[in-house]
Amino acid sequence: MNELDLKEKAQILDDKGMRRAMVRIAHEVIERNKGVDNLVLIGIRRRGVPLAQRLAKYINDIEGTAVPVGILDITLYRDDLTTLANQPQVHQTEVTFSITGKKVVLVDDVLYTGRTVRAALDAIMDLGRPEVVQLAVLIDRGHKEIPIRADYVGKNVPTSRKEVISVRLTEIDKEERVVILEGIE
Amino acid sequence: MFWQRKDLLGLRYLTPEEINLILDTAVPMKEIIGRKIKKTPTLRGRSMVTLFYENSTRTRSSFDLAGKFLSADTVGLTASSSSVAKGESLRDTGLTLTAMGVDVVVMRHPASGAAEYLAKCIPAAVINAGDGTHEHPTQALLDMFTIREKKGSMAGLKVVIVGDILHSRVARSNIWGLTKMGAEVRVVGPITLMPKDIEKMGVKVYHRLEDALEGADVVNVLRIQLERQQQGLFPSLREYSRLYGINQKRLELTASDAIILHPGPMNRGVEIEHQVAYGNRSFINEQVTNGVAVRMALLYLLTGGEYHALSN
Repeated sequence: MNELDLKEKAQILDDKGMRRAMVRIAHEVIERNKGVDNLVLIGIRRRGVPLAQRLAKYINDIEGTAVPVGILDITLYRDDLTTLANQPQVHQTEVTFSITGKKVVLVDDVLYTGRTVRAALDAIMDLGRPEVVQLAVLIDRGHKEIPIRADYVGKNVPTSRKEVISVRLTEIDKEERVVILEGIE
Repeated sequence: MFWQRKDLLGLRYLTPEEINLILDTAVPMKEIIGRKIKKTPTLRGRSMVTLFYENSTRTRSSFDLAGKFLSADTVGLTASSSSVAKGESLRDTGLTLTAMGVDVVVMRHPASGAAEYLAKCIPAAVINAGDGTHEHPTQALLDMFTIREKKGSMAGLKVVIVGDILHSRVARSNIWGLTKMGAEVRVVGPITLMPKDIEKMGVKVYHRLEDALEGADVVNVLRIQLERQQQGLFPSLREYSRLYGINQKRLELTASDAIILHPGPMNRGVEIEHQVAYGNRSFINEQVTNGVAVRMALLYLLTGGEYHALSN
């Protein structure tokens, strides 16, 4: 579905709501891992990356410790390359630190079918052997096709398959909100 | 932009945008080569054959590894140990491979135009790994990738290609590619090894090496094929080396940050002096790594999704 053929149906989060959700996730990450020792964040390109960077900032605000942030491109791990009309452009994975033995928190904007996260898990395993991998998402919209659940969720939003969740981030989209879009009849 | 061609036959046909797409895709591929586990599942279930009618070590193993790093199944065929030796035609060999379910054929052939001919005969993607004296597009792409990596861009650079321009498919592909990307290409070599009317390709022609090297940003040294001397195209290796060999002293004429490239294998002491080949301006070994990255990018672009093929 092309985003140009969609109209905005409702706003789910504004800038303040997004900030609160991410700050809460930061607290949950620290609590569940009993601090930030051995913790690393990895954002899934594209919008998972600024979200991971924000999470690192909020964790630093709370704990006073800078947590490393990596960037993961999962294009080469997709399971649908042969069925796409045009292959997506591959971007660089930038994980400059070792993840072996680390507690990895994978960060993405929306959890939908779970296939992106599956691909990301494969990509992470090729980089090393982490002690544990946890998943943080801003929005969980349901409709999972494989058994993958998020450990940290900013907001659960039950959606229809005809709808699209659009996370708009200042770093990429020059605005800060989350909206539901639906097809124009 | 998306890749829309079935084959990669040469750089003459590509647009600057297509060249940039290949080079941009090679950047993340190079990161994979640097990993401990050099393997992604991207081309799982895809198959590639290297069909080589001429000897080669680096191009062939480079393609083979590129395919394997992306999880494609790869098979190598050499003309001397296959049905080609029994007289099978190129078209029939291609159709046989197609019937076996091959998705990509990487071919090197002594006849110019052979890759284009095969591409018309079979539905599989064909990558030209060198055809006669015509084109060697993947070598030129890895040269361009290396130049872009070291210099940031190709536009406005002065690139010298030195050696046997007449017989060099590497030189032709480089000229087509680099001029398209906005570089000033200078070719230099003995008059007997310079094609007639090469100026029409948009290059500056020199016969004195020192003149060509003046202020150059990149020096791409071609391999002298020793059989050319036996054909009498230049008097002696010693004389060639004296007039056209790249040595430390001559390098001083180039820009202070100029880089040296060579497609290999090198005749050290002939076209390039030992100290230059292993000096800090030389990126000859890195070219080999970049070659694998560029070939991974091409395999991904040619087989990673359905395409709407344009005729080349």
